[in-house]
Amino acid sequence: MSLPEIRIEKRLKQRRWLMIAVPLGSLIVAHIAIAILLVATGHPPIATFRRLFDAAYIADGALTNSLIAATPLAFTGLAAAVAFRMKLFNIGAEGQLYFGAIGASGIAILLAGQSTPVLIAAMIIGGATLGAAWGAIPGLLRAFLRTNEIITSLMLNYVAALVLNYLIFDSLSYWRDTSATGLVFPQGKTLVDAATWPVLTIGSVAIPFGFLVAVAVAFVVWVLYTRTRFGFETQVIGDSPRAARYAGMRTRRKIVAIMCLSGAIAGIGGASQMGDFRHVLDARGLQQANYGYTGIVVAALARYNPFAVVFAAFLLGGLQNAGYTLQSAEFPSGLVGVMQGMILFAMLGGELLVQYRVSIHRRARQARTETGTAS
Amino acid sequence: MSSPEPHASAAPPAPGTIAVAMRGITKRFPGVLANDDVSFEVAAGEVHALLGENGAGKTTLMNILTGLYRPDEGEIEVGGKVVELASPRDAIAAGIGMVHQHFRLVDTLTVSENVVLGSRTEPFLLNRAARTREVELISEALHMPVDPDAKIWQLSVGEQQRVEIMKAVRSGSQVLILDEPTAVLTPQEARQLFRTIRVMAAEGHSVIVITHKLHEVLEVSDRVTVLRGGRSIATVGTAGATPESLAALMVGRDIDVARRRESESTIGDVVLTVEGITAAGDRGGDALKSVSLSVRAGEVLGIAGVAGNGQRELAEAVTGMRALSAGTVSVAGEPLKTGDPRAAITAGIAHVPEDRMHTGVAPSLSIASNIALKSYRTEAVGPFLRLGLIRKRAQEMIERYDVKTPGPETAARSLSGGNLQKVVLAREFSSEPRVLVAAAPTRGLDVGAIETVHGYLRQAADNRVAVLLISEDLDEVMMLSDRIVVMYEGAVAGEVDPRTATVEEIGLLMAGVTGTAAGGET
Repeated sequence: MSLPEIRIEKRLKQRRWLMIAVPLGSLIVAHIAIAILLVATGHPPIATFRRLFDAAYIADGALTNSLIAATPLAFTGLAAAVAFRMKLFNIGAEGQLYFGAIGASGIAILLAGQSTPVLIAAMIIGGATLGAAWGAIPGLLRAFLRTNEIITSLMLNYVAALVLNYLIFDSLSYWRDTSATGLVFPQGKTLVDAATWPVLTIGSVAIPFGFLVAVAVAFVVWVLYTRTRFGFETQVIGDSPRAARYAGMRTRRKIVAIMCLSGAIAGIGGASQMGDFRHVLDARGLQQANYGYTGIVVAALARYNPFAVVFAAFLLGGLQNAGYTLQSAEFPSGLVGVMQGMILFAMLGGELLVQYRVSIHRRARQARTETGTAS
Repeated sequence: MSSPEPHASAAPPAPGTIAVAMRGITKRFPGVLANDDVSFEVAAGEVHALLGENGAGKTTLMNILTGLYRPDEGEIEVGGKVVELASPRDAIAAGIGMVHQHFRLVDTLTVSENVVLGSRTEPFLLNRAARTREVELISEALHMPVDPDAKIWQLSVGEQQRVEIMKAVRSGSQVLILDEPTAVLTPQEARQLFRTIRVMAAEGHSVIVITHKLHEVLEVSDRVTVLRGGRSIATVGTAGATPESLAALMVGRDIDVARRRESESTIGDVVLTVEGITAAGDRGGDALKSVSLSVRAGEVLGIAGVAGNGQRELAEAVTGMRALSAGTVSVAGEPLKTGDPRAAITAGIAHVPEDRMHTGVAPSLSIASNIALKSYRTEAVGPFLRLGLIRKRAQEMIERYDVKTPGPETAARSLSGGNLQKVVLAREFSSEPRVLVAAAPTRGLDVGAIETVHGYLRQAADNRVAVLLISEDLDEVMMLSDRIVVMYEGAVAGEVDPRTATVEEIGLLMAGVTGTAAGGET
């Protein structure tokens, strides 16, 4: 009797061509699966794919809309990537983004009379500061009390959401619009026009300022990780905490610093929401968007490489944007969600093949006892 | 089925019928000959000790007997029949059970659930009351009190071990292997375990005890097989054995005196001083108890002892990896901040750690990064690393220390043990240290790499570095050291001069027998 035996072992060396081939293969597999789904639900697969691609990248304004969807994901993706590289699993980009939005809008209201450049700088600093402060809490708990940062950062997301609700719905706070309509329909104060971030227009494509900031942040993160002492220490701590301690590195400080950095990046994402898109501390809208959680997927797709994060955010933003366009009476949003899910599932599942080698052996099982003497 | 003709055997006669025999077992791993023509037999109703130092091949031999490894040569007989043990399941079917050093129990299940775990005869729905009763009977029969309904996490380590034994017995094991069973036990629990072992033997089970503690061998076993360097050296009856004779067999007599290092003339002032240090162990309790010693420039102080007697903790305490609860470590008279590896590095203490793969290097990072692991602070302009310089230095080190690798960007984990150790040594020596703490520097290396590492240690001493050499390999300690301190249970058991000391003398100190009045703690 022979039993096939499947073995999964970690690759010692990651092959370069696999890094490209596997995601491409995953995409193809995902599209085949989606095609089956579409046929089963009575939709023409080829035409649907064409519409999807068209809506994401080709149609009038499609690229602009995809970039708008991609901008917050680039920030939360970078926030996750920065921390995950050090094996610090900061799930709290969601809450850190809320706090960034609170900080940026608060400072924009405070400095209402200033010029646009001053306001932009102030909003970025305000958002980064509050985001970093919110990220510092799980960082300090992890560094000094060895609390699991996954749990604390996740739970603090709910606290941040409650703070956001409190500021807009449950109090007459500094952020709330206290005019007559604002008292009946609770909403945040609208920021002055000078606090609106500029848009870079190339041809028919409008690139949000926040997206450019995200690219700059990605570059800074890349330099930090590959060219500095700080980044070197981060790599060692992420790979082997014992080796880091052996080399005399101050592990606790780095944990707090990385969590602050991660929170600051998510916080700038919150500032970008205020300056680029919403212009109002939109408590409900921010909570419905789930930028923080989607950012984790972006970071995973990009294998924590900062430039790849921006690219993955762009792809995922396109997918989201196309989803909105596809939705209609005969094409329910649930189907769109399933399609998006299948693509992500295939891409992340493909990671297994990059990191591990799967081999199938056919092995004859030896008879258990009494193999007669061969002589 | 006809049983095959038994092969001629050179093993001494065993009392009673043979339960298990292993003949001519050879097992090779890449670069290591773990077992070399090992033979031994265990009779029914016998307690048989397997004695040997770390790396002598005891565990490999038992992994072969339990079906985890397949021998390259040799055969195994169980109950007089040659068997092929292709998997642990085959071994269990043949009646061979093992209690590992690290228990394999499910913490959140009860004792009785764990005992029946893995059994293929259980009905789909467990009969709890019957299981509980059955476990009670086993625990009474073996004189091992355990509450069958307690959860594993509620039990002490000793009680968990009893559950493992019951598990093995219930699965029908006639031959029970215990790997270092007393390593985790208190003396009281150990005595209890020995009673159980005797009861099992009286009922006709064979018990194999893997150990390196001499007094345990004398206390519990009927016969003992001594392994050294992968070979079975001798099988003797315990009745005629003494701690001295066993120690001599275990560590060997043939230490090559000619190759001993002579460097008397270059020894200088005291550099490293360790005064009355006490430090907690990982499992609580003090792993180091008021240890004092000093090492001079150009001197090699060897620390000998059976594994687990505080040597690892001593290395960690001196290098700042472990915080002290009392005492001081000073370099050239300057006391170090306790529990701060960077203070030790700054003071000029280099460290070749025992766990070279996860402490000595960051395994996924490149060789270049690992060579810069401690020096990166100075190889920078402001916050930015000088990557070109780091790479160039790595290339130089790879050439000077003859590291076999495709290049400095190769991940450290892809190196062999010997090459990895060269990377660690290259880094540690390049800092021009005043003190070198080398813990188990040659463990797991092949003969050629051992020679190389020894050469570098000698060279360090010739360069007036104070070397603290901690090793379980007594030959190595005898060969390289100017003085030898023997540790036992976290304290200094004694100091000897390697030029005049006998192996028996050191063996007794290692076994905790102090003074001339031998007797141990039986």
